[in-house]
Amino acid sequence: MTSAGLTCKLVSESATRSLGLALAKAVQPGDVLALIGDLGAGKTRLTQSLALGLGVPSDTVTSPTFTLIHEYQNGRLPLRHCDAYRLQSAEEFADLGLDELFAEDGVAIIEWADRVSGYLPRDRLELRLSVMDETTRQVEMTGTGPRGQQLVATLAERRPW
Amino acid sequence: MGDAEYLLSIETSCDETSAAIVRRDRHVLSNIVATQFELHERFGGVVPEIASRAHLERILPVIDEAVRQAGISLTGVGVVAVATHPGLVGSLLVGLTAAKSLSLALDVPLVTVNHVAAHLYACRMAAGADIFPAIGFVVSGGHTHLFDCRSAVEMDLLGCTIDDAAGEAFDKVAQILGLEYPGGPQIERLARDGNSAAFSFARTFLHEPALRFSFSGLKTAVLYAARGTPGSRTPVPELTTSRIQDLAASFQAAAIDVLIGKCEQALKQTGRRTLCVGGGVAANGAFRSALEEMVSRLGVRLVLAPREFCTDNAAMMALGWEYYERGLLAAFDTDVIPGLMRS
Repeated sequence: MTSAGLTCKLVSESATRSLGLALAKAVQPGDVLALIGDLGAGKTRLTQSLALGLGVPSDTVTSPTFTLIHEYQNGRLPLRHCDAYRLQSAEEFADLGLDELFAEDGVAIIEWADRVSGYLPRDRLELRLSVMDETTRQVEMTGTGPRGQQLVATLAERRPW
Repeated sequence: MGDAEYLLSIETSCDETSAAIVRRDRHVLSNIVATQFELHERFGGVVPEIASRAHLERILPVIDEAVRQAGISLTGVGVVAVATHPGLVGSLLVGLTAAKSLSLALDVPLVTVNHVAAHLYACRMAAGADIFPAIGFVVSGGHTHLFDCRSAVEMDLLGCTIDDAAGEAFDKVAQILGLEYPGGPQIERLARDGNSAAFSFARTFLHEPALRFSFSGLKTAVLYAARGTPGSRTPVPELTTSRIQDLAASFQAAAIDVLIGKCEQALKQTGRRTLCVGGGVAANGAFRSALEEMVSRLGVRLVLAPREFCTDNAAMMALGWEYYERGLLAAFDTDVIPGLMRS
């Protein structure tokens, strides 16, 4: 079964954590997760929960805004965490060779993915985070290809996380 | 070990391509940093596999310029130093490949250097003599890392940020306040005319002994103070110049309190008598003053990186001399060690 989209409310930080852990169980080598959302929407927090679910201590997962890519090899799958926030143009993504992120052996997660969408693999899971109030976030998940849609379906089936 | 006079250093760990010539006495003869992209359109949309096109285009001109400005000839280079860790795979590979090629062609030794350690070595260069053992603090957009440095080439990580780096918080707060990139210097300028007690932002982890930092919450607190708490009906005052100045001052005070407090804890916990501080945030005047005040209270020596060597550059890679002088040369099968930030 596949599904194009799924929208849910994350009523607390622990709900964000549950989503991250559910993602960690569902992902396979080669998967690409694209995070979209404003400052403070919880993108790094969600990545930390995904990392935790993969077996990477979450307090070792720090923001790659300046360093651009952080790589974690100590979990179930290699995790590569990228941030496009600081790039001055989408072309810079290619110019700096940031597509190293998409190595087939691991999972790639990109913050501010909307800024470099033309350089991302076509089939991915997009997670659009928005702030409802101080503690509540809404996440809108969209599969942009067969694998992305399969991930959405898996997450939908396994609710509640 | 060896009689080399001039060291050529190459630094391509992130988005800047940099090369420098440093004399054996650590005098910097040239330091070239290229950040501009000029040759975009030549390549269209084709992405070469695992190699940074930007660095490939710039590396040879940058090395040429470093040699030319130093007033030496390439054959005068006696040792080649290159940053291999940490950074982006493709970026590091371009620097390492250039360094290996030059080392082979010139028949001179190759040494590899940790980019973060090199930030601290900028302090040693300012001092003009050995400063180690010391507590080393790298505070930049990418790092907020405290080290116990036994020597220039041996250091243990004491603690670091668990989310955002301090410099990143400065830049993101600047963006929240509508300031231009890079925001760090703008925050410092506006903070001078602001009231640092206008907003009471949390000093995360300040009063616990663990040497760790968190700036993500501070960034969000400034965001809510500037634009209002999401979902709240309370109107937010207009972001006037004086409110921006107060927010900048209050944010900067909170960030600096934590940075200073953790340095002080690290000095007390280890008993080290010297503190050296490098990285982009070490160029912040308010931070420098607060450091001076703290070390004079503790009776500890402070060595700050010179402002021109706070941001990424190849001059700080003079650290390569320490490896050369200890005979710690790199083999030709040396590889890069990318993205793993905590080792």
